[in-house]
Amino acid sequence: MYVYADNAATTAMSKTAIRAMEPYYDTLYGNPSSLHSVGQRAAEALEAARAKVASCLGAKPEEIYFTSGGSEADNQAIRSAALVGARKGKRHIISTAFEHHAVLHTLKKLEREGFEVTLLGVGSQGLVKVEDVAAAIREDTALVTIMYANNEVGTIQPIAEIGALCREKGIPFHTDAVQAVGHLAIDVERDQIDMLSLSAHKFHGPKGVGALYCRKGLPLLPFIEGGAQERNRRAGTENLAGIAGLAAALEEANVNLERNAAHITALRDKLIDGLSQIPHARLNGDREHRLPGNVSFCFEGIEGESLLLLLDAKGVAASSGSACTSGSLDPSHVLLALGLPHEVAHGSLRLSLSEYNTMEEMDHILKVVPEVVSYLRDISPVWEDLEKGVKTHVI
Amino acid sequence: MLYSEKVMDHFQNPRNLGKMENADGIGEVGNAKCGDIMKMYIKVEDGIITDVKFNTFGCGSAIATSSMATELVKGKPITEAVKLTNQAVVEALDGLPTQKIHCSVLAEEAIKAAVKDYYDRNGICYDEKDLAPAPECPCCHG
Repeated sequence: MYVYADNAATTAMSKTAIRAMEPYYDTLYGNPSSLHSVGQRAAEALEAARAKVASCLGAKPEEIYFTSGGSEADNQAIRSAALVGARKGKRHIISTAFEHHAVLHTLKKLEREGFEVTLLGVGSQGLVKVEDVAAAIREDTALVTIMYANNEVGTIQPIAEIGALCREKGIPFHTDAVQAVGHLAIDVERDQIDMLSLSAHKFHGPKGVGALYCRKGLPLLPFIEGGAQERNRRAGTENLAGIAGLAAALEEANVNLERNAAHITALRDKLIDGLSQIPHARLNGDREHRLPGNVSFCFEGIEGESLLLLLDAKGVAASSGSACTSGSLDPSHVLLALGLPHEVAHGSLRLSLSEYNTMEEMDHILKVVPEVVSYLRDISPVWEDLEKGVKTHVI
Repeated sequence: MLYSEKVMDHFQNPRNLGKMENADGIGEVGNAKCGDIMKMYIKVEDGIITDVKFNTFGCGSAIATSSMATELVKGKPITEAVKLTNQAVVEALDGLPTQKIHCSVLAEEAIKAAVKDYYDRNGICYDEKDLAPAPECPCCHG
């Protein structure tokens, strides 16, 4: 048995999405900007996809801009809001310490350009406090950008409350909803979101395509110069097959949202309950305000990369926030933001589930993870001391 | 694949794994904060390393380099073991990704730390620089 449990990294495409894309590779190959009928049929398909995406988010079609993915949407939303704010002398941005790098690196760059960034803490449970957002707001705050749900620890943020606060204060509010769209019921009106980023491949759509929702009336600056596509906000011939796949996958995810969430939550809870039995294991992130498919643990005394490689050999695809898997000397900034010591963060494991996973697969995971953890602890020179309590950082 | 077949083999089937009772020398290097610790044990008879064991906390290449380093010194005269270089470990494993070279440095240091412990216990004189830690590693010595 091989279990794919890395759906927060990417998902398998749904058959519906694949079928929705096929026509745009042969029969409907036109350029939506062309005047002839081949082009106009493509233009109609583009607008139909836009309307579908808008209806899934409670938005208007003219508020949806297609992009190359979540990162581009995050970059454009933040950069645009910052530059628009700067025109009015507003150069302060509020965000959190555990955002995706698409957000954090954009903010870093803006700091070098003279903006001031406040990164809010997220506490040991990985939740932003609305009162912290309120306290950080200043006269010159140009933007609040806070993720809908965290990609590593799965915690869902109080988005509607933050949205209400920002609306009251008249500050644009962007949310990176890449992990949430297609998995949680999102309504940009209800949540009072001004800008939202999403990515198709996180909900069984194709890679390389995403969208940015930008509320009507809020200025949005283009960052790719060229033609007049996407109403002058994003130049370049549209990735029509990808856009059709995105729209079909999102519609399918939204129609089945409740049923999928019930199924995935049951899988998740089985894993959390089972893995909690392992000694010196800790669930990362709040258990209640959590994405249906996210399971994130730290196991003391072991290192994440060797855990992943052995799990792969035993038929489980997962991910980790250890330094060796992050490609740097430090473990994941998300786990550090939760206050975990480096030693503990190195032993992290993320299992992320989708509706394609089954209970039998969870049984397999619950069989092999304890085996591998126990083996790695046996060969670890630190485990004996940790177990005896001689060394610190025993959970 | 991130790793060569040899690395995967030594990672999945580590040689000389485990603790050693009554070791003649023990070396421990690295720290948990940066994510790898190696502990090596040697048995020495008539100047020959007759047995060697290790325990490692760390990534795949930390385990594989520990395994390979023990293989390279097992059965060798101790005077030869102190000449082990991290490059020799890397070559024996058919290469390592650049960001993992650090693990091979740690393996070299672990062997040398065990030899140093053996020398110290037995009052054997040695040249400090032969057993000095490897060049700066930003994580381990930072």
